Amino acid sequence: MFVAKSIAADHKDLIHDVSYDFHGRRMATCSSDQSVKVWDKGDDGEWRCTASWKTHSGSVWRVTWAHPEFGQVLASCSFDRTAAVWEEIVGESNDKQRGQSHWIKRTTLVDSRTSVTDVKFAPKHMGLMLTTCSADGVVRIYEAPDVMNLSQWSLQHEISCKLSCSCISWNPSSSRAHPPMIAVGRDDSNVTYSGKVQIYEYNENTRKYAKAETLMTVTDPVHDITFAPNLGRSFHVLAIATKDVRIFKLVPLRRESANSSGPTKFEVQVMAQFDSHNSQVWRVSWNITSTLLASSGDDGCVRLWKANYMDNWKCTGILRGDGSPVNGSGHAAPLSAVGVPGAAQMLVGATSAGRKKAQLMPG
Amino acid sequence: RSFPERSESHLIFVGLQKIKEDVPSKNKKSQFVSISKNYRSVIRACMEELQQNAGKRHMTHIVSILLAIELIWNLCEVLFIDAAPAGSLLLHLLDWVRLHKSDVDARAREVLQSDSPAHHQSYWDVVISLVLQGRVDEARQVLSKQASLRAESSSVFKRMDVLLHTMPIFNPTGTQTLTEFDVKWRHWHEECDRCLQDNTFASNRHLETICKILVGDEDTILEQKELLSTWYHFLVTRLLFTHPTIKPPDLHYYAQSSMSMFLGLRASPEPLDIILLSAFEFDLHQVIKDCSIALNNWWFVAHLTDLLDHCKLLQSHNLHFGSNLREFLVLEYASGLFTHHSLWQLAVDYFDHCPEFGRVYLELQIERVPLDTERKAIKVLRICEDRQMSEQVRSICKIMAKRALRNNRLGSALSWSIRAKDAAFATLISERFLQDYCNKGSFTDLDLLDNLGPAMLLSDRLTFLGKYREFHRLYGENRFSEAAKLLLSLMTAKIAPRSLWMTLLTDALPLLEQKEVKTQTTHALQSHFTLDEDIESTKTELLRLALARNLAMAIVKEGTIET
Repeated sequence: MFVAKSIAADHKDLIHDVSYDFHGRRMATCSSDQSVKVWDKGDDGEWRCTASWKTHSGSVWRVTWAHPEFGQVLASCSFDRTAAVWEEIVGESNDKQRGQSHWIKRTTLVDSRTSVTDVKFAPKHMGLMLTTCSADGVVRIYEAPDVMNLSQWSLQHEISCKLSCSCISWNPSSSRAHPPMIAVGRDDSNVTYSGKVQIYEYNENTRKYAKAETLMTVTDPVHDITFAPNLGRSFHVLAIATKDVRIFKLVPLRRESANSSGPTKFEVQVMAQFDSHNSQVWRVSWNITSTLLASSGDDGCVRLWKANYMDNWKCTGILRGDGSPVNGSGHAAPLSAVGVPGAAQMLVGATSAGRKKAQLMPG
Repeated sequence: RSFPERSESHLIFVGLQKIKEDVPSKNKKSQFVSISKNYRSVIRACMEELQQNAGKRHMTHIVSILLAIELIWNLCEVLFIDAAPAGSLLLHLLDWVRLHKSDVDARAREVLQSDSPAHHQSYWDVVISLVLQGRVDEARQVLSKQASLRAESSSVFKRMDVLLHTMPIFNPTGTQTLTEFDVKWRHWHEECDRCLQDNTFASNRHLETICKILVGDEDTILEQKELLSTWYHFLVTRLLFTHPTIKPPDLHYYAQSSMSMFLGLRASPEPLDIILLSAFEFDLHQVIKDCSIALNNWWFVAHLTDLLDHCKLLQSHNLHFGSNLREFLVLEYASGLFTHHSLWQLAVDYFDHCPEFGRVYLELQIERVPLDTERKAIKVLRICEDRQMSEQVRSICKIMAKRALRNNRLGSALSWSIRAKDAAFATLISERFLQDYCNKGSFTDLDLLDNLGPAMLLSDRLTFLGKYREFHRLYGENRFSEAAKLLLSLMTAKIAPRSLWMTLLTDALPLLEQKEVKTQTTHALQSHFTLDEDIESTKTELLRLALARNLAMAIVKEGTIET
């Protein structure tokens, strides 16, 4: 059961992204008003804004948290062609009383020549690594060799996807059975290179990322992409937000010989495809155990998808962006962001004009 | 709400998992029935608690769900867990109906306690309700109120009393076989029919109705719709008076037709009706599936399915994914528990008993538990440590260490790093300690540093920190020769960081003045210092002077002793 709660975000323009931290107690929002806001959940269950600051000189598209092992660290990316890393510093005692905290910029990544459309930290077992993708089709992977020094980052890899990229997702699996893997989604309208999702894999021998797979059946612009948490299975699950919601299963094929080089070959299966939004789907987000997928779309709804024990996927819930049940009347605003940190919490940020608030829906 | 039923059912669940495989099945069955009853009493307790808070609208909705759950569970217990054979089956079904139609007792009480029971407006409703539920002795008792009033009709009432009194009820523990009972019952049935044919009860339409019921006239029974109120009550009553020796496999036919007859053409079955029908059809899979969808309550399907799985019922119903279904549902339930700020600890036991995915689910969920306080973090850690979830242990300790360091709580940060076995972080924090010492001239967190024990060996820097503190402690206790030896060993082992050599020398200086420090030690210290090129020249000069003086003194002293 979900209950809707509304939070007046007070962003002065559209909210583009919403992100929970690892424990689901903190939240970050970013907006076309060029700022990022951080929210903390108090003991009373109420969310309060504990920081709000200008981060870029253009719309901020995405915001994401690093793993708490690295401290309280955020990354943001923007239309201003940069990505930035922010760290929270422990403030003065009067700040604490006022419930405010300060975030300072540790680094700006300026390598991109175009709008940076997504920023994500790599899984923690890879160290402190940050990845960006841009409208010019380049995916960049940075590393901070000294995790105590967040101002030093080195560009380790540049992957050219040729056409405008919109989103990236790392495979969270830390199993030694598979090398690091990243999925990239594109939102260009090119017909020749029509497969808009590409999977890249790290090769231990060449020490480079090589393309392992292109999902040829995804031919429409992709807005969001996310690997499911790994339950120790040999295959991977990837959710995609495009003109509909799609869930793919990637089964690694066994190599012919132990010495064969080159990326893993996959058998690609469609686990589910839902067009219930009947419009562009903007975000997809998994819960912790990959048993629930949330999607948001231009129909102004958040939909929840669940598989039963026979692996048949079904819709288990529909929520409007204003929190009202789907049967009721109410203005439906297109939704752009969904974050699902746990089985219980879910967050939606509405983007249409006049609705610049975040809705929180604890289960 | 305090969710008492969660912790109680958790205890029942854990107890159930512990029932050994090798116990003979007859004993196991009674154990399973007992466990089933325990679960049901938890549901009832929850309902009672909620009903006390009656008046709140959403509570009545929850109470009705709980009623449905208990109804279904009870039926499953009768049909599947207790698996009553023909004869007992009907008796159990009667109990089931009586339990879930409790308003009869209240009405009966009301009638009997009134001034003139026989004239109470509900009098005949009560009598008939009791008959419909097979409670013939109670019916007779209420009927006797009537009989005493009208002497002229007393023979009719006596006749009815005899019919009711002689109605055979199967005794499962008795010596009578089912066949013998059946014969007896048919005779009685014929007797009732004869009364109807003879128009024995023509003078009293109520008694006539009752006689028709006894004979099993379906139309008459169906006319009592309002008193029956549900199709399954109709089913059981119908069976009682037409086919009391019903066998389990034959149940579904009567169930289907009872439902159709009772609901008629206008009404359509509710989800609850479908679930009950599936149970009567012994379609366990359908029951679980429909319950999952209709009731939106993982607690119910998870615990019930788990119990059914232990009874080996899922397999016998030819579900090759039987145990997977059980595990799926238990995982769902436990995952839901995990979101609760205190109930998450119960979830751990459930995951422990899911052999395929329990561990990985637990690993993923437990590392997300917010580490609000040190106490909570330790609670979480203990769970991980008990299960050798070493990566989660390391990660949680690292998060706590990092948080402590951010807040400048060096002692806490160091403790957590040690627990995380994070050598790199321990080194970093040790350096902070040493920096602090250089700035302030004293150590913090002495308790921690003095009791590091073997943990000291985690990193060279940490070892140095521990030993260096020990050096200061020895010095403070005026144990100079031990202190000097320790300082010497630190320098020999080369674990002293370069940045601290000046500090070490400054520490060493007064030592060299002490008489107790042996010549040998002094010599050794001296050789270390003179080899180093980084030392400031003035201090070096001072040192050389001090060393020379001490050496001279030592030589004098030794010389004196020898002579």
